[in-house]
Amino acid sequence: MNYPYISKIVDTKTEAENIETILFNYSKKTIPGQFFMIWIPGVDEIPMSVSYIDKETKGITFRDVGKATNALFNLKKGDRIGIRGPYGNGFKIEGKHILFVGGGTGIAMLAPAIEETLDKKIQVTTIIGVKTKSEVFFEERLKNKGIELHVSTDDGSQGYKGFASDFASDLLKKQDFTSVISCGPELMMKNLLDVCKNIPYQASLERFMKCAIGICGQCCIGEGIRVCKEGPVLDGTTLKNIKEFGIYKRDAAGCKVKF
Amino acid sequence: MDEDAGSMKRIFSCGAGGIVTKSIGLQSREGYPNPTLVELECGLLNAMGLPNPGIKEFGDEIRQLKAAKIPVIGSIFGSDSKEFVELGKQMQNYGADALELNMSCPHAKGYGLEIGSDPRLVKEITSAVKTSTSIPIFVKISPNLQNIAEVAKSAEDGNADGIVAINSVKAMKIDLELKMPVLSNKVGGYSGKAIKPIGVRCVYEVAQHVDIPIIGVGGISTGNDVIEYMMAGASAVQIGSGIYYRGIDIFKTVCDELEQWMNDNGHKDASRLIGVAHQ
Repeated sequence: MNYPYISKIVDTKTEAENIETILFNYSKKTIPGQFFMIWIPGVDEIPMSVSYIDKETKGITFRDVGKATNALFNLKKGDRIGIRGPYGNGFKIEGKHILFVGGGTGIAMLAPAIEETLDKKIQVTTIIGVKTKSEVFFEERLKNKGIELHVSTDDGSQGYKGFASDFASDLLKKQDFTSVISCGPELMMKNLLDVCKNIPYQASLERFMKCAIGICGQCCIGEGIRVCKEGPVLDGTTLKNIKEFGIYKRDAAGCKVKF
Repeated sequence: MDEDAGSMKRIFSCGAGGIVTKSIGLQSREGYPNPTLVELECGLLNAMGLPNPGIKEFGDEIRQLKAAKIPVIGSIFGSDSKEFVELGKQMQNYGADALELNMSCPHAKGYGLEIGSDPRLVKEITSAVKTSTSIPIFVKISPNLQNIAEVAKSAEDGNADGIVAINSVKAMKIDLELKMPVLSNKVGGYSGKAIKPIGVRCVYEVAQHVDIPIIGVGGISTGNDVIEYMMAGASAVQIGSGIYYRGIDIFKTVCDELEQWMNDNGHKDASRLIGVAHQ
């Protein structure tokens, strides 16, 4: 039933400046790319993609950006939160060599997908794209796993200087990838869609969510595609037909907000 | 699924005969913070809080629907007759085929049920909208009333073209572990299977007191549910929560079930079922 399960936080960890992980008891089967509705009692309930997947424990990793994430940020081991889900479709992980591009906090949800890709013996190249060095996280987690790992920063303080999508565009010219998977700012994901041309592409979208069970319509894009149900991961073919992709999203009232 | 033109187009392509928009007010409203919806044993409990982008911004969605030749009933909510009139006129200008006056939202302060429980106000607002617009107007009424028949009659006296019954049932869920209401607004509206008998009773009661058509709504998810509402007096029905229970294709599925029931029971004309339970 789509009712919050009251779960205890079993651990928290700081991943980088302003980036926190919360691990909580939750045993429902969850695949990379899916998300939970996280209820912070008395504050809000927000969608959060899974960043750690274990049988009895799941985790979310986020930046402190607003009222809800700030409340989450301050929770401690033993505190209680409500969990609904997992919701959404998750990534399709197949092929010979996948390029993962995580922009901003996007790498949080890509990390478990990368780990699953490696379990399937599929070759992995990853780009972590952030504004500046202090925002890099999960580099340690992914480093020693036999993947090609790159970091790009807008200011050049670490790795490639520039946008992750430009760096990805260079890599796509030099190497053969069977698919590209991304999560990050929508403009970055839109740029990637353009540079991927015929390479199969998947992007995980973020929209304001309320019910998360496909009836309220808050997160709909294109011709009634429910990001909470048919998404949040959409493929390149679908994205090419969504006119607002990379153009606008809707706020809680349903007003269009340009990216 | 009544938020934007794209989703309403999809619902239409799934077999709905027309679309009722989400309720639109003069200004944009974010609605209540989450949690705004939870599933309970026999239904869904929500307190969205009338989120909407405001009538000005919503025009684009209606125009897109009309460009696709989709019948649209524009739902509106206001705090007084002046607001309802302005909203109704705008909806009509955008091309809406009919209006639904939301006088029954159970959880919005100053709107909905707070207006719809006063028969005098219901008549005044209905009449004001009717005289300033030329499209059919339906008044959506609440089951959370002692005097539902009186309210429906007031809408008819105000020259409404139809009654929509029912809106969700005022309800609450308290979480045992956290010892607090789950919805941020505490009180919400219950919909789905649990409220169908309430809806059927309300439609039956309203049908005894008014001569205008009734649109039945509340817990409909099968063809049999539709038949039952029709027997109580409904000429048409609306489906919302059913999308959750039977998927987005519910509209076509229910129509098929309806047809099957008609064939199995030797009925050729569905309109002859309307109100038969009163005989």
